[in-house]
Amino acid sequence: MAKFTGVDFLDMDSLLSEEELLVRSSVREFVSEEVLPIIEHHNRAGTFPKELIPPVAELGLLGANIEGYDCAGLNNVAYGLIMQELERGDSGLRSFVSVQGALVMYPIYAFGSEAHREQWLPALAKGEKIGCFGLTEPDFGSNPGGMLTRARKDGNDWVLNGTKMWITNGSISDVAVIWAKNDEGEVEGFLVESDRKGFSSSDVEGKFSLRASVTSELYLEDVRIPEANRLPGCQGLKSALKCLSQARYGIAWGGIGAAMACYDEALRYSQTRIQFDKPIASFQLVQRKLVEMLNEITKAQFMTLQLGRLKDANKVRPAQISLAKRNNVAMALDIAREARDVLGANGICDEYQSGRHMCNLESVKTYEGTHDIHTLIIGHAITGIPAYE
Amino acid sequence: MNFVVCIKRVPDTEARIKIAADGKSIDPTGVQFIPSPYDEFAIEAALLQKEKAGAGEVIAVCLGPAEASGELRKCLAMGADRAIHLKDAHAHRDPASTAAILAKAIGDLSPRMVFFGKSSADHGNSQVGVQVAERLGLPSVSEIVTLEVEGDTAKAHREIEGGVEIVSTSIPAVFTAQKGLNKPRKASLKGIMAAKKKTIEELAYDEAPEGLEIVSLDPPPERQAGRIVGEGADAVPELVRLLREEAKVI
Repeated sequence: MAKFTGVDFLDMDSLLSEEELLVRSSVREFVSEEVLPIIEHHNRAGTFPKELIPPVAELGLLGANIEGYDCAGLNNVAYGLIMQELERGDSGLRSFVSVQGALVMYPIYAFGSEAHREQWLPALAKGEKIGCFGLTEPDFGSNPGGMLTRARKDGNDWVLNGTKMWITNGSISDVAVIWAKNDEGEVEGFLVESDRKGFSSSDVEGKFSLRASVTSELYLEDVRIPEANRLPGCQGLKSALKCLSQARYGIAWGGIGAAMACYDEALRYSQTRIQFDKPIASFQLVQRKLVEMLNEITKAQFMTLQLGRLKDANKVRPAQISLAKRNNVAMALDIAREARDVLGANGICDEYQSGRHMCNLESVKTYEGTHDIHTLIIGHAITGIPAYE
Repeated sequence: MNFVVCIKRVPDTEARIKIAADGKSIDPTGVQFIPSPYDEFAIEAALLQKEKAGAGEVIAVCLGPAEASGELRKCLAMGADRAIHLKDAHAHRDPASTAAILAKAIGDLSPRMVFFGKSSADHGNSQVGVQVAERLGLPSVSEIVTLEVEGDTAKAHREIEGGVEIVSTSIPAVFTAQKGLNKPRKASLKGIMAAKKKTIEELAYDEAPEGLEIVSLDPPPERQAGRIVGEGADAVPELVRLLREEAKVI
């Protein structure tokens, strides 16, 4: 397959720094050389590509926008470009990196004690330890405030009980960031090592989406942890939602990557697939499909770059992140479906990647705030009226 | 102890090349540029030699346009210690003229080893490395696929038609890298961040290029359509005949 060179119809590259371009180029090469050759195998087998953890860590992709603690300390645009390139490979791989960085390392960095940061961040950055994030429960997805998981204070310890569901990296984790309500009904964050007595997990089977990623259910049965495992800087559910904002920001970029992969595949295919004695790219209906894809990718690129610049200036609002996550994942899913269509019957086989992206993006559309919930977050922001209830 | 690597900024090998209106240069619009791929083996070789020596500096040198700072920054991100950008006011310079400028800059660095890619991905003259060696009065070994250094002697393997040539040379020396010499490392994010703090020394060159002049560039001829000579076993003799007589490949 020809080398992937990105999609840049309006010269967005001229708005990126040398450093941002270098980061993108390193991750792009990594994905082309080390991810794409093995990803279909893992997707078919339903296995997580664990062999990618060391090279991902060595490149510095875990917690890349965190300052210090063996992390690269990149700006948020460079971080976003990493997510874009990883998801050009596979949404499952990007999910792994998102969870480790935005949902485990970020809360430890932002809400943990100095001892937490020193204990966990370098090991998580090196990929020696894996983490997961336990907020969602079987009956509380879009409404996490209703969570049933409880943390009971017992002397100098906490005793945790509850079930967490749809947890990326769950069963391969060394540490889980668990959100639970204390006796006063306030949400607290805890670091729970997976070898604690009473902590167990099982994997979700039968997924047609994110097959190259581990999705688990976590069970906490009288899990006893010391007070030192509580994240002292947390301020209720708001802190958990701040983690989600970090992750959603990365997903917004990731959607562009998946869309680029599908557009690129459809474009190349249409230029070489001959029907009626000419490439199908000669036909107006196919050209229109390709143009719509390019159009949506280009709009998303500039919206998301501006989002990144706002984030780097500490001016970004959660509803702005919602706008990009909502738009980009939906447009990527539409493009994946359209690309599958351009590929004809070949598009239903995993020799081509658009079908895999299409299935993956169904999860991405739903997780980290469903498309509909993001609609309501934006609706709330513009009308001042919350419509969640 | 300096390990010098010379790189060239070239169009991405996947870029669609269009010839500019003057008929003798390429139109850079929309073309991505990269360090010439063989130069990446040279960078890796220089980094490995410095690591093995446990001392010294890797210095990346590029004669090229102002935009080539991006390619030099990549060398720094991969691990080079500093860079020298010989900013060329002219878009094209022939191998002899290029070698003369590079030799002067490199000579001032008193290098222990100098590395080039075996040829550039654009013009592909394969001359600059060897000419630089000649001007510096150093031995040169081209198209190496292995390199071992013991004291002041280097042993290298060169791929030759039907076999391998093993050569030994004193160092300081100049080497040009063939594919397979090593696996170039990727710039890690920490390397990219560290590169921001490294210096690129800039020297301007506007002396007119002499020597060879490109008279014109022509695109390659369009590929001919394929031909189906028949079907099944019956077609085999005709196919063999055409492969032998027309295509002359068997």
